[in-house]
Amino acid sequence: MDGGSDSNAYWSANIRLVVICLIIWAIVSFGFGIILRPMLSGISIGGTDLGFWFAQQGSILVFLALIFFYAWRMNALDRDRGVDEE
Amino acid sequence: MDHNSLYLLFVGATFALYIGIAIWAMAGSTSEFYAAGRGVHPVTNGMATAADWMSAASFISMAGLIAFTGYDNSSFLMGWTGGYVLLALLLAPYLRKFGKFTVPEFIGDRFYSQTARLVAVVCLIVASVTYVIGQMTGVGVAFSRFLEVDNSTGLFIGAGVVFCYAVLGGMKGVTYTQVAQYVVLIIAYTIPAIFISLQLTGNPIPALGLFSDHTGSGEPLLQTLDRVVTDLGFREYTSHDGNTFNMVLFTLSLMIGTAGLPHVIIRFFTVPKVADARWSAGWALVFIALLYLTAPAVGAMARLNIIDTIHPNGTSGPQIETLAYDDRPDWMKNWEVTGLLKFEDKNGDGKIQFYNDKSESFAATAEANGWKGSELNVNRDILVLANPEIAGLPGWVIALVAAGGLAAALSTAAGLLLAISGAVSHDLIKGALMPNISEKGELLSARIAMAVAIGVATYLGLNPPGFAAQTVALAFGLAAASIFPALMMGIFSKRVNNVGAVAGMLAGLIFTLLYIFLHKGWFFIPGTASFPDTIAGSLFGIKSTAIGAIGALINFAVAIGVSRATDQPPKEIQDLVESIRVPRGAGAASAH
Repeated sequence: MDGGSDSNAYWSANIRLVVICLIIWAIVSFGFGIILRPMLSGISIGGTDLGFWFAQQGSILVFLALIFFYAWRMNALDRDRGVDEE
Repeated sequence: MDHNSLYLLFVGATFALYIGIAIWAMAGSTSEFYAAGRGVHPVTNGMATAADWMSAASFISMAGLIAFTGYDNSSFLMGWTGGYVLLALLLAPYLRKFGKFTVPEFIGDRFYSQTARLVAVVCLIVASVTYVIGQMTGVGVAFSRFLEVDNSTGLFIGAGVVFCYAVLGGMKGVTYTQVAQYVVLIIAYTIPAIFISLQLTGNPIPALGLFSDHTGSGEPLLQTLDRVVTDLGFREYTSHDGNTFNMVLFTLSLMIGTAGLPHVIIRFFTVPKVADARWSAGWALVFIALLYLTAPAVGAMARLNIIDTIHPNGTSGPQIETLAYDDRPDWMKNWEVTGLLKFEDKNGDGKIQFYNDKSESFAATAEANGWKGSELNVNRDILVLANPEIAGLPGWVIALVAAGGLAAALSTAAGLLLAISGAVSHDLIKGALMPNISEKGELLSARIAMAVAIGVATYLGLNPPGFAAQTVALAFGLAAASIFPALMMGIFSKRVNNVGAVAGMLAGLIFTLLYIFLHKGWFFIPGTASFPDTIAGSLFGIKSTAIGAIGALINFAVAIGVSRATDQPPKEIQDLVESIRVPRGAGAASAH
């Protein structure tokens, strides 16, 4: 770490990314899977509705995508800011 | 080859493999014992984490929980996977950067407080010991059903195998046996599921089969299931009947609890770099998802298969035909021996009736059919183990499932025992009682602690306390209410200090424990509960299993409030927080 402002910018970029990912995390599980399920009841999939699919399949797939997306973005950010491990 | 020799062959071969790995992966230093020398590839660690995490509950119980409840138990699917997002984004990379060996060690260092460290040790030990009881009873059940040995012999064999690779190999031995155990358990779980999905839907991928057309009826599988369960007075499989607020809170509690379980967190100490810890969490979820995406299909298809078995001519019509008890298939006979499946001919017609006898709207139909109550009592836990038999699959598949169930239970047990022995030898003995102990002495004490922990776990497995099933809520509640918030605030706040952290952990812990005891009985002693553990009867309208998330909130609020009212943490602690937030320099830290 060279200076305070660099490290602050790095940390706020990280926080921004974490917040975005956690919003998606909450929307697909608590949202589509549970609370918003009635709103998705019009979209049918395999004999049931989209909310059921999100609760038993979709949320898990999105979780996976989120973790890999975060790892990819953060590892790139580390290199850009020169704070990765040599 | 008869069935028993097949079981012996499969289980024996996998056990021999685990012991072989133990001898190959002997731990020579504390770094190897606690963190496998920090040389584990992120994909390898992901696979080991998947086996570490997926316990007897995931392998044996979860599909049954979903099968007999339907949509409302989706909480388990979302909760036990969603926690990995929290772990990957909020904890794993930073704790790896910190570069020490145990979870209490981080809490003690970051909050410069021996008290904080000891509170974390207590939470860790209570959560891990309660969890390990379930694994040991799972080992006993799998052995007694498949190997025709009694429960205790099975337990001793299982404990002996864990002893070999955990005591000798520590984290290093456990990591590589967990990889082998993952392979065994995922093959064992998916092969029967693929066969069953093919039989019912023609689709070889169970997760897709669940949303495909049922070949028997030509309509979608879930629609068929909804129809036949409502024909028998049950609630629609895909419908939501529970309380939405409780479902959200329960899911959240499972997520936070998952991210706070120490035996999972310490797995991320084993990878070489911070960047690897981020990837590794993703790989862990890939391997977990292979089972978790399959489980809801296994549940739904097994439920349909059971109903089809009892109603070979369908469930519709005013007169519903059912199967004669004498014509019951072999799998029912096999499981009746274990007592986990019971038939009681209440109306004396010699036929099996399996319906919802608690439904008032269905009472008239039952009456018209001459039924006097549901006559089949199926333990949810037999569903996955009986699945290949229900679907009429060959004997080797059944043997494979037996080996898979044992792999799931043993891998989780070993991970838990490792977390316990690390807390005892590193946090209690080296951290508090004998700070000057040599590395060799610490390694020896870790091995002794492990051996003692295995002894205690075996004893508790042989004499399971009556409350064993209840305590899983306790393990998740404690992890969610005490450990997760402390770790997260330790990383994301520079302001939270020693007093705040201890006050927060104790507040979360005491609140959660009180709430569980008020609803489940003090120390789970029956009859001492003050409130019924139902949504309507409970203190705040929240079931005790869903309270962990509230405990976590209280922990956050108290810790931040108390910290604001007291002094800032010293400069060196703020520098420590700065340093764990950036990956550079992680290699140096691991040399400790």
